Amino acid sequence: MITSAAPIVSRRVRQEDSHTFERYLETGGYEGLRAALAMAPEEVHEEVNKASLLGRGGAGFPAGRKWSMLRKSPTTYLVVNGDESEPATFKDRLLIEHDPHQIIEGAVIAAYAIGARQAFIFCRGEFALGLERLQQACNEAYAHGALGSRILGSEFSVDLVVHPGAGAYICGEETALLESLEGKRGFPRIKPPYFPAAIGLYGEPTVVNNVETVSNLPWIVLHGGAAFAALGQGSSAGTRLFALSGRVERPGWYELEMSKTAFRDLIYDPSLGGGIRGGAELKAFIPGGVSAPWFGPEHLGLGLDQDVVGAAGSMLGSGSVVVMDETSCAVRAAWRISRFFWRESCGQCTPCREGSGWIEKMLRRIELGGGREEDLDVLMDACDNIAPGVSWPPRQTTICVLGPSIPSSVASGIRMFRDEFLLHVKDGRCPYGTSSEGARR
Amino acid sequence: MSDPSAAAVGEEAVVQLTVDGSAVAARPGELIIEAAERAGVYIPRFCYHPHMEQVGMCRMCLVEVSGPRGFSLQPACFTRVAEGQEILTRSEPARKAQEGVLEFLLLNHPLDCPVCDKGGECPLQDQALSHGPGESRFLEEKRHWAKPIEIGPLVYLDRERCIQCARCTRFAEEIAGEAQIDFFGRGDHIEVAPFPTAPFGSYFSGNTVQICPVGALTSPAYRFKARPWDLEQVETTCTTCSVGCRMAAQSSAGSLVRNLGVDCVPVNQSWLCDKGRYGFEAVASPARLTEPRVRRGGDLEPASWHEAIGELAAGTRQARSRGDGAAIGVLGGARLSNEDAYAWSKLARGVLGTDSLDAQLGDGLPAELVLGLPRATIEEACSARVVLLLAGDLREELPVLYIRLRAAAKSGVALVDCSPVPTSLAPLARVRLRCRPGEAAQLVAALVSAAVVPAAAAGAGVAEIAAARALLAGGAGEDPAGQRAPGTGAGRGDGVVVVLGRQSTGESAAAAAVSAGLLHDALPGARFLPALRRGNVLGALDMGLSPGVLPGRVALEQGRAWYAHAWGAELPGARGRDAEGMLRAAAAGELAMLVLLGADPLEDFPDRRLAQEALESVPFLVSIGTHADASSDLADVVLPVAGDAERPGTTTNLEGRVSRLAQKVVPPGQAWPAWVVASELARRLGADLGFDSVDGITDEIARLAPAYRGLDSVLLASQAARDGVVAPLPPTPVALRGLAVPGSIDPMATPGITSVEEQGAPMRVGAAEAPAGERLGEAARSGVASREPSVARPAVLGAPARGQPSSPERLDAYSHRLVVRRRLYDRGTLVATCPSLAPLAAPTELAVHPAELASLGLRSGDRARVRSARGEAVVPVVADEALDRGVVVMTSGVGEAVSELLDASAAVNDVRLETPS
Repeated sequence: MITSAAPIVSRRVRQEDSHTFERYLETGGYEGLRAALAMAPEEVHEEVNKASLLGRGGAGFPAGRKWSMLRKSPTTYLVVNGDESEPATFKDRLLIEHDPHQIIEGAVIAAYAIGARQAFIFCRGEFALGLERLQQACNEAYAHGALGSRILGSEFSVDLVVHPGAGAYICGEETALLESLEGKRGFPRIKPPYFPAAIGLYGEPTVVNNVETVSNLPWIVLHGGAAFAALGQGSSAGTRLFALSGRVERPGWYELEMSKTAFRDLIYDPSLGGGIRGGAELKAFIPGGVSAPWFGPEHLGLGLDQDVVGAAGSMLGSGSVVVMDETSCAVRAAWRISRFFWRESCGQCTPCREGSGWIEKMLRRIELGGGREEDLDVLMDACDNIAPGVSWPPRQTTICVLGPSIPSSVASGIRMFRDEFLLHVKDGRCPYGTSSEGARR
Repeated sequence: MSDPSAAAVGEEAVVQLTVDGSAVAARPGELIIEAAERAGVYIPRFCYHPHMEQVGMCRMCLVEVSGPRGFSLQPACFTRVAEGQEILTRSEPARKAQEGVLEFLLLNHPLDCPVCDKGGECPLQDQALSHGPGESRFLEEKRHWAKPIEIGPLVYLDRERCIQCARCTRFAEEIAGEAQIDFFGRGDHIEVAPFPTAPFGSYFSGNTVQICPVGALTSPAYRFKARPWDLEQVETTCTTCSVGCRMAAQSSAGSLVRNLGVDCVPVNQSWLCDKGRYGFEAVASPARLTEPRVRRGGDLEPASWHEAIGELAAGTRQARSRGDGAAIGVLGGARLSNEDAYAWSKLARGVLGTDSLDAQLGDGLPAELVLGLPRATIEEACSARVVLLLAGDLREELPVLYIRLRAAAKSGVALVDCSPVPTSLAPLARVRLRCRPGEAAQLVAALVSAAVVPAAAAGAGVAEIAAARALLAGGAGEDPAGQRAPGTGAGRGDGVVVVLGRQSTGESAAAAAVSAGLLHDALPGARFLPALRRGNVLGALDMGLSPGVLPGRVALEQGRAWYAHAWGAELPGARGRDAEGMLRAAAAGELAMLVLLGADPLEDFPDRRLAQEALESVPFLVSIGTHADASSDLADVVLPVAGDAERPGTTTNLEGRVSRLAQKVVPPGQAWPAWVVASELARRLGADLGFDSVDGITDEIARLAPAYRGLDSVLLASQAARDGVVAPLPPTPVALRGLAVPGSIDPMATPGITSVEEQGAPMRVGAAEAPAGERLGEAARSGVASREPSVARPAVLGAPARGQPSSPERLDAYSHRLVVRRRLYDRGTLVATCPSLAPLAAPTELAVHPAELASLGLRSGDRARVRSARGEAVVPVVADEALDRGVVVMTSGVGEAVSELLDASAAVNDVRLETPS
């Protein structure tokens, strides 16, 4: 069902000048911050609790609860994670490039609620336009008095730094991000004890929130947490940006009310995905980014709901839905995804560093016609040695979740399309034909 | 291991857990990997190292740990014990995870074990066997790199073998404090790399080779020299400097091929500096003396020992005929073992009749001061409240003490660095006091004075002096109103350790001596760590190789009767000459004979001109050493002796820790141990030193030398004395701390060392005053004649009386005060005869403040003429803006330039700089 819920975070972005300070002010910009500063920090926090705002970065942890877990300390940091770097995930980029002020306003509200005097936006370095617009917005916010000391005439002060990433996917992992922000190599930290809320940036308690998460805050403060929670159902409240890609007629981003809309709506509704390209049949789809296990046609009826998707054995994750049709090769899809993780493994933990490369090489060999039947078992066992059990939610032998992200596509491909894998082996070639990228790595 | 008490950790054990079903008692906060190991359960590991921060990244040590949500796989090296925890190290999930990690590690590993230096002692090999899956399922092509590449002068890197455990990069950053190597790249293309512009040139680089768990890092010195199964090993003590690191000396086919640091917790904690590690190359150098030589008709010619000792005895008789033994001098001895030094001390005083002995070459500290001050241990310094650094640059002089103090500073020990020029520890110091060269004593006087801080005392700032005072007094805020009773607790200097050395050999030892006296007076609880550099210099001083000091830290006056009785000989009546005194006397024609005991005054004495005159003037010059050097070329008799790893014995480090030197190879040619030379000379002179074995000398020292009482050969050879024993032993028996894990060595912490040396049965205790009726060690050696003197045992030296600081003359406006600093890689015999180290000796250069350089019209790299009252030299200059104006720094030990300029007797040396015409 497609509901009539109005967009929240993307409500400005269709306007040509949505990123400008003038347009932002004209459309109610910084009013949420003004309202928040009139409240006590605890009251702002309470509204966010009421809103049931789930983190939009991938793990889906409730933002209000995350704030409550902060260790008490005179120094607290807020870090906004804008290091969106995964294939098929492009919703934060939309907000960074087209509504940077909304991110800054949300960041100041979050900083006010948790008592942070210093905030950072860690933005993917490849977002050249986004970085330019974020920095411009940051300068304008300082000039406007929405950043810096005594914000909007209140007693509250916070400084904000826009920090460009240096080209590593792993720095989207929050503890690697903090290492990178500290000027170190982007290696994830071991949790426990290095939960950011306890030992974060420079050892101080730190909240790391996603760009889309904080972009919701101005609306929540202005309209109340209850209004947000009234959208969606259960814990999956509010609206959410979905990035739809793959073999659909209308790929792109869509902000939809959570839970009530189903995957079938997103993929097939003429106002949304518009159906499979060329009228072909759906083969499989990834419900929440390339680290999520795949779904088949039987899952189309599931709602865009964190708990529902979780119960079905995958995750809503980053909100990226990738559609494969009957012309998509499962082996090639798994290979391309594992190639990404191989290239982006930070190299810290042995299973991920070595396992990702091994799995990539095996899948490549199968796709190019050199596979053996026993490779399937070896692949599954290599996956098992990274994510014991190869189940969902995953267990892991690695420090961070990049490790157990690798097996998802491999195991999904083998479990759902074993015959297709075996056909590659038997025929010594890809039944879907080799594309120009077949031999390229 | 079902009995929990078997794995008990003593009185502090409070956390009870089970490992593989057996009860284990652990310390709170202990890591699972350590608690399990103590209980006898070995968990495989690569990145974990007991002396570095854990990172938990190789994932080899995954074990199942019980928690609120059941068992989960956790890294045992990163997870701390908890009450009631259940640990499963060999359950199916744990075993599968471990095998999985090992299979992953081997995917890209080249498996070129047959040509790999590590093969046979490789933790990856060993753990692949013990915890691996047995075979690989990897069919793909492995990662390829060019191999090997030189990442530093002493380290080669084979990136194909690297398993990215980060031990080397962490060591460089965390332990050595020199992050000269780090990871480069990402994922399975991650590589260890130096910076493109600078090689991995740390003084400690060899430790990365030692702790590398695969053959990725190798050293040119050992590369392809031996296979582990052909190696023979002894545990011994490094005598390159006075820190006395314990190490394993390894040989193959009768030649030394490698030194590895042994995990001696109180001293070196498995680390070595590269000079100590690769110094073994000097042992097999072509410059070794292999046969006695006697000067005949102007040339040194080979001679038999019989002839040579005959010449020596004849020369000695002739020298003694010029009055008494006072015309004989014995210079050097800091590279001897304690037994060699004792033999020469006994020979010189009891047979030759001279008290002119000096193991220091004018660059040390007065012996009475060093031996009389309350001594600190390295452990005490590293757990002190305040460490006051009154020494040269420890990284250059006592490298492993430097890394121990570095770690201490990082863990909260307050360092107060007092130096005329920046030192390597200064960046970690809580307070940095800059004193004018030669005026450290004035600064110390201001530190311990109760008066208002004088403005800019000796060059240091008022605020810094106040901060240092507060630290010495017990910390700011603790006693703001001076309520604490004087002379108690922190106000007495309890918890203060002073590292006392020579800040510059361009100034006399007076500043250090007066400073020590002032500190001991004002802070009687403070303890001192003498920063004397030469290998066994403290053992040599303890054995009496210094004028006025008899073996066992006894003054000549106090001990004369005791030793006269014990040795059955007359001892010299008057105090003899020190090194400078001997050289001056020789130059003035007042010395008839000079014996050089492994000393090369032409290179080592700060005042080369004086040394030259002395050696040319003395009628009979004898050189007894391991290597030919500039001084031995002038000698009338040259005798080859056994050196490091060629003779057993004991050595004493800067703490007073006595440990065993072990023999691994035979001395070259006809070389004898130095004590045998002393014995033979005595015999030829009609006397008998009474020695028939090294152990016999050790036991005589233990019987006679007060500070060494009870330190006999049986005790020192015991398992409990493996880390050495600090002299003197406490008056009441105490348990000696033995190995943390008796009989076992973690091959992962020190790959290559797989067994504990057999050192006889464990000893229970050591004590200076043995229980009635049994004297430690001696009971076992009842065959040794005991000539316990009936006269009263003399007391050991006490702290010397304090002196007064005296101000050096003011500089005139054109002069610069010269600070002379040492470098680790100098032009001494050791470095010069080690192929690995010799190229690293840096040339002399003169560091000058850039503004002063500019005013001379000079730039870095130009040459300047340096003129002193003594002489002149032309040296390259380098700008150093960290220097005060009016202060210039020159490096000593690197050729003639410095020693041409210095007047050894001057309180300070001033120089003028000119552009060379």
